[in-house]
Amino acid sequence: MLTVNSIKNGIVIDHIKAGLGIKIFKMLGLDKIDSAVCLLMNVPSEKLGKKDIIKIENVVDIDLTILGILDPNITINVIKDEVIVEKKKFELPERVENVLNCKNPRCVTSIEKYIDHVFYLVDKEKGEYRCMYCDEIYTLSEV
Amino acid sequence: MLKGRHLLDPMDFTTSEIDEILELGGEISKNPEKFSKACQGKILATLFYEPSTRTRFSFEAAMLRLGGQVIGFSEPNSSSVAKGESIADTIRTIACYADIAVMRHPKEGAPRVAAMYSSIPVINAGDGGHQHPTQTLTDLLTIKSLKGTLSNLTIGLCGDLKFGRTVHSLIKAMSRYENNKFILISPKELKVPDYIKKEVLEKNNIEFLEVERMEDVIGKLDILYMTRVQRERFFNEEEYLRLKDSYILDKAKLKGAKEDMIILHPLPRVNEIAVEVDEDKRAKYFEQAKYGMFVRMALIMKLLGVEVC
Ligand SMILES: [Zn+2]
Repeated sequence: MLTVNSIKNGIVIDHIKAGLGIKIFKMLGLDKIDSAVCLLMNVPSEKLGKKDIIKIENVVDIDLTILGILDPNITINVIKDEVIVEKKKFELPERVENVLNCKNPRCVTSIEKYIDHVFYLVDKEKGEYRCMYCDEIYTLSEV
Repeated sequence: MLKGRHLLDPMDFTTSEIDEILELGGEISKNPEKFSKACQGKILATLFYEPSTRTRFSFEAAMLRLGGQVIGFSEPNSSSVAKGESIADTIRTIACYADIAVMRHPKEGAPRVAAMYSSIPVINAGDGGHQHPTQTLTDLLTIKSLKGTLSNLTIGLCGDLKFGRTVHSLIKAMSRYENNKFILISPKELKVPDYIKKEVLEKNNIEFLEVERMEDVIGKLDILYMTRVQRERFFNEEEYLRLKDSYILDKAKLKGAKEDMIILHPLPRVNEIAVEVDEDKRAKYFEQAKYGMFVRMALIMKLLGVEVC
């Protein structure tokens, strides 16, 4: 198996659904930062079968809340001096802005292009979000 | 405090806020003269992005009867909207001229967008098939005025209960008052959606019954709320023919009803209430339109923070 050295200081984003890693890599702008970064794809995983992992050396202050929307199973380990000092599990955010797009053709967002697409969490377990304007409900797994 | 607020969704207001509006609406209905100068010097803007003569007249009459003035457009073709002006810009401009705005729009959520950019109260007068909160207020004031209460009632809703938002809002609103029961009369293709049953009725332990034929239950009802059933909504012709008469109210069916039952309908009706029913004293749908104007008068006063001593 392919091996990558563990990092001394930084963040490990683990349990990413296989295939989603590269999308997250771009969303977080990791292709533009100076630090050492690696993206591992299709790593065997007990829980997921296959998973992606991202490791970022020396950086800890990236806004990662967006990840919860993409895939709530993602875990984050913050590492200091080779020790995991913090393990974060995601909570779905109560309100998301301009991450999801409303696809209801009857929704006002389909004609007024300048407004923010805002969604509110309605069901944590099912991962359901409601459009603030038309009340259409979306499940994260379908978007 | 209702002053300065918007009304976008029928559930935006608490029951005590709604009661406050209904109380004033009731007072206005008994003595409209007293309020004829309440909104003198105030301007209501009616922004109708699709025509709805009935609703617009109701709002305009309400404002005029309060001594206020009205500006606006009744279809977007003739206005700056036709030139592609955004809702945000339209409402910001209108807010310079008017004190309160009413918006009807074919897109769901449009009045919410207006409210976000507005410095004056915005009332949703219907946004696509989404919400129509002043219809709900109309229904509540009618029931309260004619039955004397909003509690302990058996409410029959008849017709298209699946797509009718008016019906969904009325169920939600009446569920907030004590000890009401619902009898839902519709073909099985047009039953109330599951979420209303689960999240509104079952969740609040409200008694309800689903039936296909009006004849079987009409005797139990305090209120019969009729809506239109369209032929296209049926899945097959056979079902349509078998059931169509069950959703038309006529004199014969009324024989089995209580003496003090009231018949309501959001109007316009097509053929779901036979014309012969109009002369029955239980037919209250035209009176309902009048309460619609009174409750809009009350709403305008409350949102403007106007009082009459
Ligand atoms: Zn929407």
